[in-house]
Amino acid sequence: MPDQLIFGMEVVLNGLMAGVLYALVALGFVLIYKASGIFNYAQGVMALFAAMTLVGMMEGRVPFSHLINAIFGTEIHHFGWHLPGLLAILLTMVIMVVLAWIVNQLIFRHLVNQEPIILFMATIGLAYFLEGFGDMMWGSDIKKLDVGLPQGINDWIDATTFEIMGYGFFIDNLDIVATGVAALLVIALVAFAQYSKQGRAMRAVADDHQAALSVGISLNFIWVMVWSLAGFVALVAGIMWGTKSGVQFSLSLIALKALPVLMLGGFTSIPGAIVGGLIIGVGEKLFEFAIGPMVGGATENWFAYVLALIFLVFRPQGLFGEKIIERV
Amino acid sequence: MFYREAGDFKTSYTDDSQTFPIKFDRYRYYVVLVSAFAVVPFVVNDYWVNAVFLPFLIYAIAAIGLNILVGYCGQVSLGTGGFMAVGAYSVYKLMTSFPDVSILIHIILAGVITAAVGVLFGLPSLRIKGFYLAVATLAAQFFLVWLFNRVPWFYNYSASGQISAPERSFLGVPVTGAETAPWAAYLFCLVFVVASAIIARNLTRGMAGRKWMAIRDMDIAAEIIGVNPLKAKLTAFAVSSFFVGISGALFFAVYLGAVEVGEAFGINKSFLVLFMVIIGGLGSIFGSFAGAAFLVLLPVLLKNTLVGGLGWPTDLAAHLEFIIVGALIIIFLIAEPHGLAQLWRVAKEKLRLWPFPH
Repeated sequence: MPDQLIFGMEVVLNGLMAGVLYALVALGFVLIYKASGIFNYAQGVMALFAAMTLVGMMEGRVPFSHLINAIFGTEIHHFGWHLPGLLAILLTMVIMVVLAWIVNQLIFRHLVNQEPIILFMATIGLAYFLEGFGDMMWGSDIKKLDVGLPQGINDWIDATTFEIMGYGFFIDNLDIVATGVAALLVIALVAFAQYSKQGRAMRAVADDHQAALSVGISLNFIWVMVWSLAGFVALVAGIMWGTKSGVQFSLSLIALKALPVLMLGGFTSIPGAIVGGLIIGVGEKLFEFAIGPMVGGATENWFAYVLALIFLVFRPQGLFGEKIIERV
Repeated sequence: MFYREAGDFKTSYTDDSQTFPIKFDRYRYYVVLVSAFAVVPFVVNDYWVNAVFLPFLIYAIAAIGLNILVGYCGQVSLGTGGFMAVGAYSVYKLMTSFPDVSILIHIILAGVITAAVGVLFGLPSLRIKGFYLAVATLAAQFFLVWLFNRVPWFYNYSASGQISAPERSFLGVPVTGAETAPWAAYLFCLVFVVASAIIARNLTRGMAGRKWMAIRDMDIAAEIIGVNPLKAKLTAFAVSSFFVGISGALFFAVYLGAVEVGEAFGINKSFLVLFMVIIGGLGSIFGSFAGAAFLVLLPVLLKNTLVGGLGWPTDLAAHLEFIIVGALIIIFLIAEPHGLAQLWRVAKEKLRLWPFPH
């Protein structure tokens, strides 16, 4: 087989894996958007915040230690204990639920019936707030996150492909795990939405707020639940990305990566988020591989957006989004 | 008492349709103009110009531009940083290619170039609406920044990839480069700000502005009563990008002097200008100024009190700034979604009836 083709295949495979991670972030957006019509820009920062909290818990860091030290002149940094990964994840999840509750009580309850664009701006404000808050709470240094996920090149795939094609594919173990987790998460979410009582209530709220209210569904409860779910998705995404490239500010930028995924797949469709993620993941890796060297590289920054933009011109609601019907 | 329509007789149509129909407003406006032109330049020092006045003036132009697009025409754009970069790089290319032409013309031309780019990226707005459009404008942001980073022609093949403004003077006074006096830079920007505000104000209350607002309020209804959405949306993109381009050009040439595109015109700049527009008030020229002033002054104030006054480390102050800005945005949206301009309007209504409100 020609070398270029084999490289291309490897690029496609890696793109698929990256796409799954994009889809994971995009899922959080879709959940909130479907249930409350809020386009949650803070999703990426939530992932960052979750990952930071997780690291902070595991290493036993003292929250706000920097602030306390600055004000009182003390020198405290760590409690001196180390929590096991699973326990820390559970605790972080509790914090994300509390965060969801606070966000709902303090912000979005007061913004009911506002224009969608106002809600969007509010989430940008929330993103700024959480970013500063997270940094102040846990410090802004680059943290290493290790909850025991396998990392490094997968030897089995390397050896097998070497035998068949004479070239070993480089596939990261972490990507494989992430793909598996994302697939599980999607199946779980779909099952939850289809078969559980709360899931059905969530879909009812997504369909029509007032009708849902009139059959006795508590909007407040559903919203807190949806934000918690989004927090959970953010935590998973935070763990995956954090393990991959360290917990740092750039983690919050994955939200920006997820936006074109959403546009492509449609804001309201869970399968859309996944298919969109895969298309973007493969597309940008292939484009960088084939065209990138000709135009100076680093095309990954914008390719997804331009692809989504061109796509939207022909299909304004995305691949699987609900058809936009305009009434006067 | 002093804020009254009563006694201010209009005897001609021109009088009737002037920008500030109330006498007190008009005088206040003249006082502001006179003090901005004739008092401030003599009293400011280097710190005040560079930390407060220049960023305020330049961001005010950008906020006016974005307000036309978002506040008046209802098309949310997150590509402001990218368009500012277009202004900066066009003025750089023009300044270095035609050194003999006046910098005034260069900056205006930079605005025109940005307007053309803005129209290009505004084209999808005819098909895409709402959030989809907001995200689509991010394509402009990322693509433009990447373009200026990667194509060496734009930065004249300089080794650092930076662009730095050559020294140019206007009416014999240097306004760019190291020789610039603070008052000269201030006055130069002020001229653009005043011109932009007057143009924007008159555009928005004329036919063009009414068409934009019709599109904003309900585009289908506007189309039915005869507003051409193609023309209205694209003119909004063009005018908005024109102002944003001018502000980008000034930001680079007069304020910073040398920029690196990813740092100076990144996505954060887009959000910053958007916040100015929201906090100031959507659909208000005064709001653009108020928002710009607020978000320029807030970090200066915080830094001075926290770092200078309380002796906190700068990184903590920066984190606190994020928290405060984020919280303020949320508080504003909850308490007063129409921004500072609305507070001002309410205050004026109260003043009209004061001291006998009944």
